[in-house]
Amino acid sequence: MIRYVMRRLATLPLILILLSALIFSLVLFLSPYERLAVFIPNADMVGANIPFDELVKKYGLDQPFYVQYFSWLQGIMHGNLGWSPSARMPVAEALSKYFPATVELMIVGALIVFIGGIGLGTYAATHHNKLPDQVARVATILGVSLPEFIFGLLLLVVFYGWLGWFPPGRLSQWAEDVVYLSTFHRYTGMNTVDGILNGRFDVALDALRHLLLPALAYSIGLLSTLLRMMRSSLLETLNKDYVMTARAKGLLERVVIRKHARRNALLPVITLAGSLIARMLGGAVIVETVFNYRGMGMFVVTAAQGLDFSAILGVSLVIGIFIIVTNMIIDLLYVVLDPTIALG
Amino acid sequence: MDSLRKVLRNPLGLTGLILISFWAVIALSAPLICPPKNPQNPYSVKRVSYSSLPTPPSPKALLGTTGGGYDILYGIVWGSRNAFRVGLIVVSTTLVIGVLLGGLGAFAGGIADEIIMRITDLFMSFPFLIAVIVMSIVLGKGLDKVILALIVFGWRQYARVMRSEVLSVKEKDFVSSARSLGMSSFRIFFFHVMPNSIFPVFVLASLDVGATVLIAASLSFLGVGAEPGYADWGQMINFARSWLLGTSEHPFFYWYTYVYPSITIITFVLGWTLLGDTLRDVLDPKLRNNLYAAKPNAKHE
Repeated sequence: MIRYVMRRLATLPLILILLSALIFSLVLFLSPYERLAVFIPNADMVGANIPFDELVKKYGLDQPFYVQYFSWLQGIMHGNLGWSPSARMPVAEALSKYFPATVELMIVGALIVFIGGIGLGTYAATHHNKLPDQVARVATILGVSLPEFIFGLLLLVVFYGWLGWFPPGRLSQWAEDVVYLSTFHRYTGMNTVDGILNGRFDVALDALRHLLLPALAYSIGLLSTLLRMMRSSLLETLNKDYVMTARAKGLLERVVIRKHARRNALLPVITLAGSLIARMLGGAVIVETVFNYRGMGMFVVTAAQGLDFSAILGVSLVIGIFIIVTNMIIDLLYVVLDPTIALG
Repeated sequence: MDSLRKVLRNPLGLTGLILISFWAVIALSAPLICPPKNPQNPYSVKRVSYSSLPTPPSPKALLGTTGGGYDILYGIVWGSRNAFRVGLIVVSTTLVIGVLLGGLGAFAGGIADEIIMRITDLFMSFPFLIAVIVMSIVLGKGLDKVILALIVFGWRQYARVMRSEVLSVKEKDFVSSARSLGMSSFRIFFFHVMPNSIFPVFVLASLDVGATVLIAASLSFLGVGAEPGYADWGQMINFARSWLLGTSEHPFFYWYTYVYPSITIITFVLGWTLLGDTLRDVLDPKLRNNLYAAKPNAKHE
C-alpha cells in the first residue's frame, strides 16, 4: 500500500510538467503581438505610439518556446502566475478568490448527485419492472440528454423570473456587504462555510440559496448516470448467493438491501467519482456563466474570450493538479473499500 | 441487419431512430423549408427585421424572431445541417484515431501500449470542455475550428474502450490459431481482432454524436464557437439569454426565443441517446446500463 502511494506520488511531478508543457504550447498558436495586445487597452486608438517591438523584446515574447516555458515555470515556483487583464488582478489572487467558489458549488452538486443517485437507484432496483423503475428508466434517459445550459436557463426562467425564489449570482447585496466587513473572517473562501464559522447563519443560508439552482443544473445529467449505474449494479448483487443466504436467514428485506446488497453494489459507483470531478469542472464553466456565479468556470470563459493567456494557463494548471490529486485519492479509496483489488 | 431489426422492435430504439430521421429530413430539405436570401451564404441566419426586441411567431417568421430580427425557424433548420456536420465529422474521425491508437497499442503491447496509454491519461486529466474552449479560442472563431478542437481532445475515450476490448480479444483461441496459420500481424489485427472488438466502440459513438453536438452548442452558447449570426443551435440559445426574464407582468413573455431552440437540441440529443442505449442492449445484453461509467477495474489493469 505505502509503496503504491509512493509510486503514484513519484509520477505526479512528471505528469504535471508534461501537462503544463502541453498547456503552455498552446501559446505558440498566437503571435507575440497578439499576446501583447491583450495588455494594452484601446490599442487601436493609441496604436501608432506603442513601441510594440520594444515591448515584445522586453517581455521575451520573441524567445524560443523552451525559454519562455522555463521562465514561466520559474515564476510559478515563486508563486507568480502573471497578471490577468480580464480579472484586473494577479492570476494567483484571482484563483484564490474563484477556486473556493467553484469547489463550494461542486460539493453541493456532488451531494445532490450521490444522495439522489444512490437513493433513487436503490428505489428503482428494489421496485424492478414496477412503475417507479419504468419512470426512472425513461427519466434518466431524458436527464442524460438534457444539456446543462438549457436546463440551467429553464430553471432560471421558472425559479427566478417567475417565482423569484432563487436569484442568480453568489450572494445577495446585503450579504455581500457583510462578507466584505473586516470583522468577517474568510477562512475558506466558501461563503457557506465561512458564514457558519463566523456565526452568520443568515449569510450561509443566503449563499446556499444562490448555490442550489446552479448545483441542480449541472447535477441532473450525472445524477441520471449514477442512478442507472446504481440500479443495474444493485440488480446484479440482489441475485447473488449471499443475498439469498441473508434472506433465508429471515432478515428483514430492508436490512438485506442496506447491509448486504447495497454495500457491494456501491463499489462500481465509486469509480464514477473520478470522472465526476472532471465532468463537474467542465459543467461549472457553463453553469457558472448561466447563473452569473463568479467562480473558476466563469473566470476561464472571460479569460478565454479576452485571450488572457496568463489566466488560462493558471486556471488550467490548478484544474490539472486538482484532478490528478483527487483521482489519486479516489483510486486509493477504492483499494481500501475493495480488498480484492491488487495494487499494480 | 439483425441488430437493426432488434433496434426497430424496441420502442425506445424506434423513437430514437424516428427523432434522428426527422432531423435528417429537416437538414436535407433545408433549402426547401427555408430558402436562403443569399444562396452564396445560406448559413448566415436570415434577418426578418433589425428590431432590437424579439417578435412573436407570425406568418413572416413562423417561430418568431430573436432580438436583432434573427429568424428562429431559419436558425433551427439550417443549424440542423451544422449539428449533423459537427456530430458526424467529429465522431467518425475520433473513432478512427481512437480505434487505431488504442487498438494497435493494445495489440502490439509493451512500450508502444505504455506510451499511448500515458498520453491518453494526460489528455484525460483535463476537463474536456475547458480543453476545447482553450483550443478553439487559440485557433480563432468558426465552426471548422471547433470541429478541429473537438477532434484533438475527443479520441481518448475511444482509445481506452478499444484498448480494453483488444486486450481481451487478442488472448482468444481464434487469434492464436490465425497466428499459427502464419497470418501476418496486419491481417490478424484488421480481419480478426478488430471486427471482434469494435462493437462497444460503435455504441459509444452513437451516444457520442449527441454529446458532441451538445459540446459544440455549449461553445457557441458561451460565445467562443461559431461566428455571430451563423446558423447554429447553441447560438440560438445564446440569443435567447437576454430575453429569459420576460416583462414584470408576463414572466414568460419571450417564451418562443428559448422554448423552440431548447426543444430542438433536446430532441436531437435524445434521439442519439435512445439509439445508443438500445444498440448497447441489443449488441451485448451483459453490458446493459454499464457503458456510462468506466469499467470498474479498468484503472487497475
